[in-house]
Amino acid sequence: MMEPGLYHILFISTALFFIGVFGFLTRRNLITMLMSIELILNSVNLNFIAFNKYVWPEKMDGLFFTIFIIAIAAAEAAVAIAIIINLYRNNQSIDVNNAEELKY
Amino acid sequence: MMNGYTILFYLLAALTLSCGIMSIATRHIFRAAIYLLFTLIGIAGLYFWLSYEFIAAVQIVVYVGGIVVLIIFSIFLTQQAGEKLTRQKLDRKIWAALAIFCGFALTMVQVLHYQFPLSNNPATVTVRRIGEKMMSMEAGGYALPFEIISMLLLAAMVGCIVIATRSKPEVK
Repeated sequence: MMEPGLYHILFISTALFFIGVFGFLTRRNLITMLMSIELILNSVNLNFIAFNKYVWPEKMDGLFFTIFIIAIAAAEAAVAIAIIINLYRNNQSIDVNNAEELKY
Repeated sequence: MMNGYTILFYLLAALTLSCGIMSIATRHIFRAAIYLLFTLIGIAGLYFWLSYEFIAAVQIVVYVGGIVVLIIFSIFLTQQAGEKLTRQKLDRKIWAALAIFCGFALTMVQVLHYQFPLSNNPATVTVRRIGEKMMSMEAGGYALPFEIISMLLLAAMVGCIVIATRSKPEVK
């Protein structure tokens, strides 16, 4: 086994990103789709931190992007869960196949 | 050859990836949330491993302490106990697996062929430097994005309250 470096972390974050995409494509429950989105956002964060550490260690731009992405992800999760709970209240289901009244 | 640093990396990577896979493969939604929790803890461990302690702490506080708890609460509010998620059609799974395999292969080929300008300087990230940069209004400072994020959080908070307030039932 090799000494882990940038490429190992890029492998992990790519794998996590596509795991999240797979979950997003196959799940039909809104909460599990939200979890897949969290996985995707986390893989992007890992990417930013890895580039910050291995390519530009004297700068901190990747770190700040990660902090802002985490803040946006928190806001997004809160709004999404508010919408999901409201949908459940009206619909008694959070399956996307039953949520077609969002269209109108 | 194999020192503790390397072993720790592979352990964290295995934890993150296996829990990530389980989180989208399991049919119990509560278990999916718990596996997501361990994935996020694994990522926080990777930040510690990269010696970005501040980001690791933020990850644990915001994701593990905030978002996963929020997700678990919403599972409690919306799911019946013991209910399994509906099984998906096989062809949809096959097409999705094919798509992500192609995407993964394409991305990894591109990444492995690209020569990143690696630098060997040690990263010096202290909380003091982060705070100074965050509030700095000079070129390269992050005061404006910081203000915009605070407006976004305020808007999200107001939006959540408006959405989640129970409206009076309309006469149909």
